Amino acid sequence: MSPALPDGDAAPDDGALPSSVLEGADARAFGVYLHVPFCTVRCGYCDFNTYTATELGGGASQASYAATAMREVALSARVLRDAGLPERRVSTVFVGGGTPTVLPADDLVGMLRAVDDAWGLADDAEVTTEANPDSVTPRSLAALAAGGFTRVSFGMQSAVPHVLRTLERTHDPARIPDVVRWARDAGLDVSLDLIYGTPGESLDDWRVSLESALATGVDHVSAYALVVEQGTRMAVQVRRGELTLPDSDDQAAKYELADDLLTAAGLGWYEVSNWARGAEHACRHNLAYWRDDDWWGVGPGAHSHVGGVRWWNVKHPRAYAARLDAGLSPAAGREVVDEEAAALERLMLHVRLAEGMPLDELADDERGRVAGLVADGLVDGRTLLTARRLVLTRRGRLLADLVVRTLAGFGA
Amino acid sequence: MSPIPSAAAAARIRPAATAPELLRNFCIIAHIDHGKSTLADRMLQLTGVVEARAMRAQYLDRMDIERERGITIKSQAVRMPWQVGDTAYALNMIDTPGHVDFTYEVSRSLAACEGAVLLVDAAQGIEAQTLANLYLALENDLAIIPVLNKIDLPAAQPEKYAEEIAGLVGGDPGDVMKVSGKTGEGVEALLDRIVGTIPAPVGAADAPARAMIFDSVYDTYRGVVTYVRVVDGNLNPRERIAMMSTKATHELLEIGVISPEPVPTKGLGVGEVGYLITGVKDVRQSKVGDTVTNAAKPAAEALGGYSDPKPMVFSGLYPIDGSDYPALRDALDKLKLNDAALNYEPETSVALGFGFRVGFLGLLHLEIIRERLEREFDLDLISTAPNVVYDVVMEDRTEVHVTNPSEFPGGKIREVREPVVKATILAPSEFVGAIMELSQSKRGDLLGMDYLSEDRVEMRYTLPLAEIVFDFFDQLKSRTRGYASLDYEPSGEQVADLVKVDILLQGEQVDAFSAIVHKDKAYAYGVMMTAKLKELIPRQQFEVPIQAAVGSRVIARETIRAIRKDVLAKCYGGDITRKRKLLEKQKEGKKRMKTIGRVDVPQEAFIAALSSDSAAPKDAKKK
Repeated sequence: MSPALPDGDAAPDDGALPSSVLEGADARAFGVYLHVPFCTVRCGYCDFNTYTATELGGGASQASYAATAMREVALSARVLRDAGLPERRVSTVFVGGGTPTVLPADDLVGMLRAVDDAWGLADDAEVTTEANPDSVTPRSLAALAAGGFTRVSFGMQSAVPHVLRTLERTHDPARIPDVVRWARDAGLDVSLDLIYGTPGESLDDWRVSLESALATGVDHVSAYALVVEQGTRMAVQVRRGELTLPDSDDQAAKYELADDLLTAAGLGWYEVSNWARGAEHACRHNLAYWRDDDWWGVGPGAHSHVGGVRWWNVKHPRAYAARLDAGLSPAAGREVVDEEAAALERLMLHVRLAEGMPLDELADDERGRVAGLVADGLVDGRTLLTARRLVLTRRGRLLADLVVRTLAGFGA
Repeated sequence: MSPIPSAAAAARIRPAATAPELLRNFCIIAHIDHGKSTLADRMLQLTGVVEARAMRAQYLDRMDIERERGITIKSQAVRMPWQVGDTAYALNMIDTPGHVDFTYEVSRSLAACEGAVLLVDAAQGIEAQTLANLYLALENDLAIIPVLNKIDLPAAQPEKYAEEIAGLVGGDPGDVMKVSGKTGEGVEALLDRIVGTIPAPVGAADAPARAMIFDSVYDTYRGVVTYVRVVDGNLNPRERIAMMSTKATHELLEIGVISPEPVPTKGLGVGEVGYLITGVKDVRQSKVGDTVTNAAKPAAEALGGYSDPKPMVFSGLYPIDGSDYPALRDALDKLKLNDAALNYEPETSVALGFGFRVGFLGLLHLEIIRERLEREFDLDLISTAPNVVYDVVMEDRTEVHVTNPSEFPGGKIREVREPVVKATILAPSEFVGAIMELSQSKRGDLLGMDYLSEDRVEMRYTLPLAEIVFDFFDQLKSRTRGYASLDYEPSGEQVADLVKVDILLQGEQVDAFSAIVHKDKAYAYGVMMTAKLKELIPRQQFEVPIQAAVGSRVIARETIRAIRKDVLAKCYGGDITRKRKLLEKQKEGKKRMKTIGRVDVPQEAFIAALSSDSAAPKDAKKK
């Protein structure tokens, strides 16, 4: 979750939603995101909304956080009910951070219980938590599984010590096979997150990371090109010349290597940066973002989307706690997405998916631009004809933003 | 006795009733920032025309740009009373533009005077432009009063430069006056000297009226204000006047003198300087150098020296936002009212869209117009690299007049002619070698060389105007550590071995970058421009070759490699709004994109390529 909040309209104090959110609500899945804004250390590249102090003052602390977040869950139930939305059971829950596993497993399970109490979890609900390989044990993983979690996503990032050092990751890469085994023994589905394009990482380093991840037998891998955001420690190091960023060609080569190795190991891409062993191992919670379903984001800085209304909470845990203590919605701002913006969002989200963008959802002028993209080898011509869906080729995935701009007529 | 005339004495120098022998018409010849405006301010104060408390720095320079740059573009004339002994005199100070671009206007201002104050900075010595204007004044038989200014400066070397000036104008170094416009020291003595040295005007009071226009200025409220010097006869309120070049007649709505604000008078007599208002709205109807006469009783012959201003330098001006095109046209139309030398034609560029090809007197003129368009009319503009006019003679003897390099004809060419100038360079003698080397590399021919003093030299060259317009002055400044000064005047044309270099993006010609250069420079231009564009144009999803070509022959080539990755790695719930807003911003950016063939080029890339160090218009203000 990026820290800079967007510009938007003021959000109502009671969090009330306009009636426009009712349209088509029955057809949309409903998910919950729970943000845990704590880490034991902050990594140099990280720009997420997370804090390392255990005590943030004003009643905001790691110890009291779960209770505070549960108050927003209760508020969410009230708001959605007041808006007249149908009772929908929660199909996915995703606990992200930060490092959710710095909280005791009991707290995480407690938050999940609160969601279940407020809405009811669907029988086949997918419940994921992010985890740092450092902060889990066989026992904590078993406790999570017992408490209703079905899936865990480990921040592995790399298997190469010098790369981890540059990223300021503290875990021992040798621990990865163990934590994956523990999680699977506990009955959890496992995903590994990897980062490529770290300063100093060679193509062979990246190959080692990919092969190490695959050797654990996981069913899901996310691979992200490193983005150095303004305001991070790494951005300062780059500016000072202490670190040199690889160019985008290097990142492209690493993406292609990842796609080759993951595909060969039986993990197919289902989103630009995500690969899974068959649809049953894809992350349904994340798919909901790209498919424009509804979700409520709980926690400081968390974003929500319900029926074309997007809003985001105040960023600091202390301000967040204060709002809830006062009985107010923690939303800092919101946006009621108009038809034109919504169409652009659908386009930019759907083209990232292997299932692609239904051709019929494109405007006439956009459809007119598809042929050129096929000719340039960016869009797969076969799926276009057989399934009437716009699906990117691998070259197209690497240039997905350019494809969106071209389709929308914004130039390349 | 106060040198400001008493009421009784002043009665004898009332406008329209002043005997010519009580008039003195003079101008000040000076280099930019040698202190002309400050000296003029001091004179206005000492003669009581402007009270000290009403004084603002550089009173006579009206336009903001003039004030900021400390240069005078439009001349004006101020009438000042001054008493010497028992006699009151009326002094007309005619302010002259100080730049080479405005030589014609300078010559008309000089023609309105009998004398000139040659003002030289006592810390810097005479500069080439001043020297050129001094020669003009000497040709007009003006009495010259040499004056060193800024003698209060610690770095002043009045003895040294007095000798240099005496060597140029004749006479004794001791005759060179020493003043400080800043402190006022020596300015009273200078006013006395003006009365004593400069001859009174002489004209035929009974002859049909003849007055020379030495300036005309458009005023939003009054229409065109025309500044004239009466040579023969007189002009009176409410009579009909005629312009002798166009035969157009106008009613004289107002006639008067400036002192320092316009004051209507009962007319203007022989030798007097003042203004006319006829209600015309365009300075082209009141041209500098033209002769004004009485429509009912016209003079038989116009005063000599009139000519039409001829643009020497051309540049394409384009609005950055294409929708500003009508606003640019309106702005040019307005500026034209006040600038007889400005002319323009609509033009279309593949790279830059709709704009105008604009003709200028020179680089400073170009820069002033551009700046006024941006500042007064709030326009964002791109200007193409300035170029000169070429005459191309084809094998079949047809001639093509080329003001835009992209219109340079293909096919069999017999010869190409380019304008040349006579250039005068003044510099410390240690730089003679560097100047010779530079001038030679710029196709210059040395005409002669003289020592002004032991350590200062004057060098005269014939140079192609194109080289001056390109970067000669910048190079001269950098090779002489800023000590050299340059002046030039048109000197006909010459046949030269010139070719057009085109720049091609993915095989498509980018018209804005075509240049006409000497055959020997074509390769260097091609290499420079292709390399620069490679740096400036963002990578596209396909490879983009950039070529420089002469005709069909490619002389330089660079390649922009295809971009392989353009995708945000993460796009989760919290990223969506930000990402969409970024896309919307890029949509706005698309408006500033030009598409050449299939290549999207941000306008910024064109601007950066066109305003590079070597191609940007530079002028003499950056001494």
